[in-house]
Amino acid sequence: MWDYSDKVKEHFFNPKNAGAVVDANATGEVGSISCGDALRLTLKVDDESEIILEAGFQTFGCGSAIASSSVLTEIIKGMTLDDALKVTNQDIADQLEGLPPEKMHCSVMGREALQAAIANYRGEEWKDDHEEGALICKCFAIDAVMIEEMVWANKLRTVEDVTNFTKAGGGCAACHEDIEAILEKVLAEKGEKFDPTAAPVAAPEKVAAVKAPMTNLQRIKKIEEVLESLRPALMADGGDVELVEVIGNTAYVNMTGACNGCQMAAMTIAGIQQRLMEVMGEFIKVVPASEMAKLVNIEVA
Amino acid sequence: MTDIYLDNNATTKVDPAVVDVMIPYFLEQYGNPSSIHKFADGVARGLKQARQQVQALIGCEHDSEIIFTSCGTESNSTAILSAIKAQPNKKEIITTMVEHPAILSLCDYLEKEGYTIHRMPVDKAGRLNLESYKRLLSDQVAIVSVMWANNETGTIFPVAEMAEMANAAGVMFHTDAVQAVGKIPMMLQDTKIDMLSLSGHKLHAPKGIGVLYLRRGTRYRPLLRGGHQERGRRAGTENSASIVGLGKACELALEYIEYENTKVKAMRDRLEQGITEQIGHCFVTGDMYNRLPNTTDIAFEYIEGESILMLLNKYGIAASSGSACTSGSLEPSHVMRAMDIPYTAAHGTIRFSFSRYNSMAEVDKVLEVMPGIVATLRKLSPYWDGNGPVADPEKAFAPTYA
Repeated sequence: MWDYSDKVKEHFFNPKNAGAVVDANATGEVGSISCGDALRLTLKVDDESEIILEAGFQTFGCGSAIASSSVLTEIIKGMTLDDALKVTNQDIADQLEGLPPEKMHCSVMGREALQAAIANYRGEEWKDDHEEGALICKCFAIDAVMIEEMVWANKLRTVEDVTNFTKAGGGCAACHEDIEAILEKVLAEKGEKFDPTAAPVAAPEKVAAVKAPMTNLQRIKKIEEVLESLRPALMADGGDVELVEVIGNTAYVNMTGACNGCQMAAMTIAGIQQRLMEVMGEFIKVVPASEMAKLVNIEVA
Repeated sequence: MTDIYLDNNATTKVDPAVVDVMIPYFLEQYGNPSSIHKFADGVARGLKQARQQVQALIGCEHDSEIIFTSCGTESNSTAILSAIKAQPNKKEIITTMVEHPAILSLCDYLEKEGYTIHRMPVDKAGRLNLESYKRLLSDQVAIVSVMWANNETGTIFPVAEMAEMANAAGVMFHTDAVQAVGKIPMMLQDTKIDMLSLSGHKLHAPKGIGVLYLRRGTRYRPLLRGGHQERGRRAGTENSASIVGLGKACELALEYIEYENTKVKAMRDRLEQGITEQIGHCFVTGDMYNRLPNTTDIAFEYIEGESILMLLNKYGIAASSGSACTSGSLEPSHVMRAMDIPYTAAHGTIRFSFSRYNSMAEVDKVLEVMPGIVATLRKLSPYWDGNGPVADPEKAFAPTYA
């Protein structure tokens, strides 16, 4: 069974705002019946203020789909449409105190239903911009479609490339066989052959590895450089990282934006540490800056 | 209220009598069966007895036809890989679309290696067409692998007949019988089945022990090479405690096989009848007239299986579902898709599987809560309107990117 948070269970067992809003003036219907998740969101919007007065959901889906729908209606009630459009799937997942990686798509479905309903109210046509594929990397919740698109767009050739561009495969590495299968497939479509020993394409602003021992200043500069190179990937997910302090071989960082409080933060930190060690050729420990206080206190004591 | 376990096709409780016979093999007779000292001198006897107990349950001619493995999956992989290694010129494999992933994933992999895989389809009741099977048999086929009984629906395939047909065409026949062994009587020596897989934890033995039955004279190549264990056909130190436990479990299964086909079947039938009578828009999947006695798989339309399971779990009732969500995949069960069950029903399938540990009182408890659970979820469903499905459900609710 999935390890659902208490919040997910609470919203599943006692869903809020279930059913259609009676005199709704906005409706969004999204989902995929083949995947077994579908959601109809109905809203009553005040025409003057554009405030969402009422929200109701009807969901065909699993526990987390129902919980995501329920929490979404709670989040958006009382919001203006413009504010509601700023609600991200991460907001929904956060309100639920996290979702298992395989279930993050339930929160995406919630956000999409909201966008579709608002488009419907405004007389616009809502176009879904994402296609969902089988989940490949469970550490970073990256699916096959995403990997395929990146392989096409960036002419990726190796598993390392895929990890550099999407993070997929950068955690436990159990999905490397699946990533190789995707590379084989896409490269075959392009008339090329997958070669596991091929030189990696240029990683996004890849930083050259260091050989000789470093001074502390060099180390800090190098760490900054590596973090800089990882920043685009983090920012693509709405997050960021900031270096706070370096003591010996420990780098203290602040995860900000969407990374802050994200269930994946620990995995992301592990990924950053891995990358730092690769580039710097020495052991580096990456620790959230929140841990620093404890350490300093111990040293003082 | 005590919990109700109706997920016996997933795995079973270890029978206390099985645990009892195992304990001495952890604490006293823990010697390596190959050793010559008193810590090991009872082990060989224990293994021999277990082999005979398995032999009695499946009705094979010799106890040396029993090879102990670590699980059903290992037995399946050993069987198929043995057949293709022993017959390197044959590049085709026949199987079905509704096999367990233990067979299908391996076949998908072999397909990439250049093998031709014939995955036989099933009809809406999950049955095979033996005419088209016959046409597939040729001297190009290395092995046929067909499950004895389906894990989701309990549907039984005519493996004895299919083995005869394969044998007549000179093709090796393997059956994954992990769901069938111990639930229905079998007498392998009267069949032409060359290899059979069984798994301990499906019949009240522990997890981590399985058997590959290998008919004497069948050409064979081991998967694990190494020591002389299992006559060199499966190297690796014997899991003696589990082997002895499996032996005891087989003895008990044989003892209870009539109970399984009368009392256990009666519980299953009562649950199935009660549910289909009380709840509208649900139906039993698979071959109603040719099924394991302990299994029923019911599709509840317009709602999703994981939600049903979570509500059942709240009442302490354990079952399983063919929905995509329960496995984290993007498609409902391949068995439901193969039977052409519509998506709105396939995601709502719930499998109840019984064992001799269940009771009629438990059946009544499930019947008490099931209608309420279904009604609760249908109230949330966009396909449901008041007391019935919305008119023309597929059109009334057609979400974007469906």
